[in-house]
Amino acid sequence: MADAYLRQSPLAHLGLAARAAIPPEDIEGTEAGVVLCERPARHQIGLRGDARRPAFRAAVKGVLGFAPPAKATTAAGGTGLPRALWLGPDEWLVVTDDDDAATVADLSEALARQHAHVVDLSDARAVIGLAGAGARDVLMKGCTLDVHRRAFGPGRCTRTLLARAQVIVHQITQAPDYDLYVQRSFAEYLWAWLEDAGTEYGVRVTA
Amino acid sequence: MREQSHRLAEGGRIDRATPLRFTFNGRRYGGFAGDTLASALLANGVSVVGRGVKYHRPRGIFSAGSEEPNAVVQLETGAHTLANARATRVELYDGLVATSVNCWPSAEYDFAAALGLLSPLLPAGFYYKTFKWPASLWMTYEAVIRRAAGLGRAPDGPDPDRYDKINVHCDVLVVGGGPAGLAAALAAGRTGARVILADEQNEMGGALLDGHDEIDGAPAQDWTAEAAARLDAMDEVRCLPRTTVFGYYHHNFLAALERVTDHLGPQDAGVLPRQRLWRIRARKVILATGAIERPPVFAGNDRPGIMLAHAARTYVNRYAARPGRRAVLFTNNDGAYRAALDLRAADVEVAAIVDTRPEPTGDLPAEAESADIELIAGHAVVATHGRKRLSAIEVMALGDGGGQVSGEARRIPCDLLAVSGGWNPTAHLFSQSGGRLRFDATGACLVPAVAAQATRPAGAGNGTFALDGCLAEGWAAGAAAAAEVGSRARGRAAKAPGATVTPEEPPGDYGVVPAPGHPEGGPKHFVDLQNDVTAADIALAAREGYGSVEHLKRYTTLGMGTDQGKTANVAGLAILARLGGTDVAGTGHTTFRPPYTPVTFGALAGRDVGALSDAARRTPMHHWHERAGARFEDVGQWKRPWYYRHPGEDMAGAVERECLAARNTLGIMDATTLGKIDIQGPDAAELLDRVYTNAWSKLEVGRCRYSLMLGEDGMVMDDGVTARLGRHHYLMTTTTGNAARVLAWLEEWLQTEWPELRVYVASVTEQWATITLCGPNARRLLAEFTGDVDLGTQAFPFMAWRAATVGGIAARLFRVSFTGELSFEINVPARYGLGLWTAFMNAGEKYGITPLGTEAMHVLRAEKGYIIVGQETDGTVTPADLGMDWIVSSKKDFIGRRSLGRTDTARPGRKQLVGLETEDAALVLPEGAHLVENPGQEPPVPTIGHVTSSYHSANLGRSIALALVKGGRGRMGEAVHVALEGGAARAVIRDPVFFDVQGSRLHG
Repeated sequence: MADAYLRQSPLAHLGLAARAAIPPEDIEGTEAGVVLCERPARHQIGLRGDARRPAFRAAVKGVLGFAPPAKATTAAGGTGLPRALWLGPDEWLVVTDDDDAATVADLSEALARQHAHVVDLSDARAVIGLAGAGARDVLMKGCTLDVHRRAFGPGRCTRTLLARAQVIVHQITQAPDYDLYVQRSFAEYLWAWLEDAGTEYGVRVTA
Repeated sequence: MREQSHRLAEGGRIDRATPLRFTFNGRRYGGFAGDTLASALLANGVSVVGRGVKYHRPRGIFSAGSEEPNAVVQLETGAHTLANARATRVELYDGLVATSVNCWPSAEYDFAAALGLLSPLLPAGFYYKTFKWPASLWMTYEAVIRRAAGLGRAPDGPDPDRYDKINVHCDVLVVGGGPAGLAAALAAGRTGARVILADEQNEMGGALLDGHDEIDGAPAQDWTAEAAARLDAMDEVRCLPRTTVFGYYHHNFLAALERVTDHLGPQDAGVLPRQRLWRIRARKVILATGAIERPPVFAGNDRPGIMLAHAARTYVNRYAARPGRRAVLFTNNDGAYRAALDLRAADVEVAAIVDTRPEPTGDLPAEAESADIELIAGHAVVATHGRKRLSAIEVMALGDGGGQVSGEARRIPCDLLAVSGGWNPTAHLFSQSGGRLRFDATGACLVPAVAAQATRPAGAGNGTFALDGCLAEGWAAGAAAAAEVGSRARGRAAKAPGATVTPEEPPGDYGVVPAPGHPEGGPKHFVDLQNDVTAADIALAAREGYGSVEHLKRYTTLGMGTDQGKTANVAGLAILARLGGTDVAGTGHTTFRPPYTPVTFGALAGRDVGALSDAARRTPMHHWHERAGARFEDVGQWKRPWYYRHPGEDMAGAVERECLAARNTLGIMDATTLGKIDIQGPDAAELLDRVYTNAWSKLEVGRCRYSLMLGEDGMVMDDGVTARLGRHHYLMTTTTGNAARVLAWLEEWLQTEWPELRVYVASVTEQWATITLCGPNARRLLAEFTGDVDLGTQAFPFMAWRAATVGGIAARLFRVSFTGELSFEINVPARYGLGLWTAFMNAGEKYGITPLGTEAMHVLRAEKGYIIVGQETDGTVTPADLGMDWIVSSKKDFIGRRSLGRTDTARPGRKQLVGLETEDAALVLPEGAHLVENPGQEPPVPTIGHVTSSYHSANLGRSIALALVKGGRGRMGEAVHVALEGGAARAVIRDPVFFDVQGSRLHG
């Protein structure tokens, strides 16, 4: 593997780590209704296959410990890693720890004798964490789906438009606390949009 | 600042402890918190607030709500200015500045009022008739007309305010926070349903704020406050005051405008938006929109001092402002008597009540009589006097049926005439939703009849005017809507709020009061005060054949002002109906269109402005390009480096430097934006066979192939190189702009037509950063970074790919070329893109490594005659037109194949791709220029083709161009002319490949 200094996260040049390091008391208007962060790199794997086939489910379960979720717009794996986000009737995004590089190879091998699709997408999307009391309002500003707690709660995920960027929204906890998966090239735009949308609630950046 | 001459000493919902200053037409006045601009003007005795749009007659405040036709003002100045603000809906704030519109030099002394003297020359349809011919002069006329008629001015700078948008879903949306709306929200909210209650006023209560009703035995305003507090305490109820629901669209989608900080005045650098657009998706909608009082139509009914009766009542009760000192009430209904009684209670002398009904016998008339107010029954106002303020009225007896007046005219001095012709339910949103209205003959008004969506009208908006009815209907609607979405209250049963109301007799006829001696015409009977449309205009339109309501509207401009005729339309319809011998049920009504009240463009734009107006897609190396002086080109949403400008260089110089470097030593390019699609499955080759023009089954693993993708029409849609990564695994590349379209195209065919194919596709565009090294030194530089792959041309030939480690990074190397040079495309995971790019730049310094922008790339590929889809093609170009038959298989089927055999696609003489060499080597033709045979010919000169690409080629030391020319390939060496501004240039048709025809560099 290449040296770490070569690596760049999608939002690396925004200097978010430096902003996150500022003690909260030094930030004007400390009340922050919106908390944003760039999530650390994770392995993201595009997975496609026929969820009706027991062999497919079993192969995936053998690697991840759980079968890919069959229910639309749900995530399996809870708040930890790995996770599998439902993106379509035959499509999931598998998310594992960045150190867990074996998963792509493991999945490919486990599914080698079936018609399935495994592709490494770890660099294709940035992951932005969105939390805080104003987080849901920020989502509502850019997304036409119903994200009310009765309609979209922890463990739910959906592929949708947020402002002008396609995203996968995954609600992790009731708080609410969201992971937003956005195509790498849109990450800077989306970050700027999120900071702007959060202005009225106050925005804090965390590591 | 003067005393507020017309302010009551006590009462009202104003805060006398918070005085405010404001300026109107350059004069300074005082008001109080809780005032509107209109109530503050009235409290200061200001009578003239504007001028009529056509005759420039002085106009005063006419209403107390959104229906205001007259008091339309220009609010604030400079960039903050807002045209068409209704003074009745502008909450007063300290320092407010407003001016009248439609008047020059001032509202009180208006130059154009002389137009009023010319009024016989300004009939309905005046502009159509007068300014129609000659058409060439319309622009001149228009400028004059606009100056005379303009309703306000646009801001003189960019909007400094912040606007926002938000999407919200709910179970029940209640529009209107009056008695019916509050009852509905309470009934729905107590079940735990998700409820939104929106009201355009600054506080909930609606008409309850204007009077002194009682609900459940307590003052209604106490009940209102308590209801609002209870709603606020409900978790799932969202109350939105200062929010106008202005549009009702399909599938219960409604739009509302919240005025977040308007009531605070212009805010500089605030974090809150000035206004917020709510986009609401509601499962059920309750329209508790109330009603709008309508004025009777009589001669001289536009004078300042003439005001809707309920408005007069609102001003004394709610705002403690006397709209006059001596009042007359002119009515056809009982309800308006409350205005006379409340005016009297506020120490306004009530000279008389003029009732068109011969014998008003209701409780309210009786109450007025017992209060010693003179009741003049069976009479009507036939004339008014006073120039800038009403000074007197004349009344006469009405004959049977109200069609004529007779007897002696009696003159009554007064400075306030409160008028009421009954009420119109505010059915705008109901009608917008597709609901049908019916004409209710008793109330002479249009009421909701048949809903088209999940909509319930309730209260006055449904024609239920009495308070007890409003409360009951609202409550029932709220409970029913909640039940329908499966939300039911637990715990103790609750009862609808109730009220005891004074019964009212039915209103009298609603029509035009004739002027004595003028069966038609004569003194102006205004119907539409904002657009200055009179009863005579409507009669003229009817005579001229504009008998349909939609024609009448356009011909007379009735209801086409910014108030959309809220006080005018039903009166106009009634007049038209009478002329046609029918009623409003027979004439129908014009379409109610959104927005209900004007919406700022800022709110519609929201934050989609400036840098956020569109997403900019950036590659991992973007910021390096920026620092290197790149100018960017938009390709779709991508920002691609166009050229890198060095100090002292212009664009031509930069492009020349880049082009020479690529051919002579080493160029480096960011090709990350190229679309990449990962294709896997046993039928992957079959899929490629079907979507591409050439055959794929024999392509070996480790090799690449270029191809064209056609639409079903046989026209070139996209091109690109596809590599075989494994037995069942391919990587397709697409043009930057078509990446999403091609993926969707593949998915569509796979999902809808070929579900039997075992193949999956996925976009991997964003996974990889792509760096292209090209030029004679490309292999040397790459060799420094990779040790596990033989880069020699035997081991790694043109159109092959290899997995390799580059700079320690697992990479894919593709030996493909768009420049005609020895070239490698290096794909690495995006996180390493910048690192590898920087390393190449450092190590390549000894070769003079030069970053290439898209412009240099375009020049280099044009030198080679390579096409760009979208530049050489425009959706009408086949592979044969491009001279690319060699890539079209005749042995298999593919999308578009059948269309290639159509008569038109197969005919000779189609435009074909050729090269052009201008006679003048320095002349760079404009792209898009037309080619002609004989420029000297009389127009129209037939075109034989056009220039598709044109550049100065530094490598060739001359200009080059590609063109599509009719039968071009059969005309090599022939001269054509290129039509240019101010003449034509000669050019010779040639082969499109200008450089390295043998391709030795490519394979080197």
